[in-house]
Amino acid sequence: MVGAKTLNTVRVSFVSFILAGLLALTASPAWTEARVSAPAPSFALPGPDGSTRSLADYSGDIVYVDFWASWCGPCLKSFPVMEALHQRYADQGLSIVAINVDQRREDADAFLSAREASFAVLFDDAGVTPQQFGVKGMPTSFLIDREGLVRHIHQGFRKSDGEAIERLIQEALAE
Amino acid sequence: MSRSVALFMLLAAALLAGCETVQPWERAYLSEREMQWVSDGREAVLINHTYSSKEAASGGFGAAGGGCGCR
Repeated sequence: MVGAKTLNTVRVSFVSFILAGLLALTASPAWTEARVSAPAPSFALPGPDGSTRSLADYSGDIVYVDFWASWCGPCLKSFPVMEALHQRYADQGLSIVAINVDQRREDADAFLSAREASFAVLFDDAGVTPQQFGVKGMPTSFLIDREGLVRHIHQGFRKSDGEAIERLIQEALAE
Repeated sequence: MSRSVALFMLLAAALLAGCETVQPWERAYLSEREMQWVSDGREAVLINHTYSSKEAASGGFGAAGGGCGCR
């Protein structure tokens, strides 16, 4: 025979267990996130040759920061578009910076060797930069204006997204 | 009694240490083919289509239509 008191303790334990679980799930880390009209988080990451590039190196440019990975399907579609944008607008002051977040560098290298990418590619296998930018999906791109403020955040990528992105870049360049 | 409750709570708290949020940029392994619910999306659609039509039980996979297999 289970006493009413025992039953009560079990109930209390159960409820507190659920509450503790919910608390653990909702506990959000207090890192900063890139927001539109706010300054973009700075970064310093190695490129393919190992030399470090930082966001400050591109100051005065319109910077298109794109977070990508070799295992991400939409990223595959974004590469030709980014290449075209680079070819078209690099001399007008657009810098495309594609930050790779692959944990295995070989995957990224294999991906890059199979396609054309003449824009800047940087590597962050530790995932620090996407966290600072508050990346919520792959790929996510951030359009940063000449003052270093985030102008537009684009999540995911479809082939048709290229036109909208190009328009935003044109607007930013015209200012 | 209260000791066993304390022990239970301790074990429950230990379980919470296993909670981990996978960030979007950490999904390399999760995106691998072996990790998908169905290994081939198109094949699964075809099999489900045939199955629900042959069973005359359309709707079991959320599809509309009768048992003729024409939808």
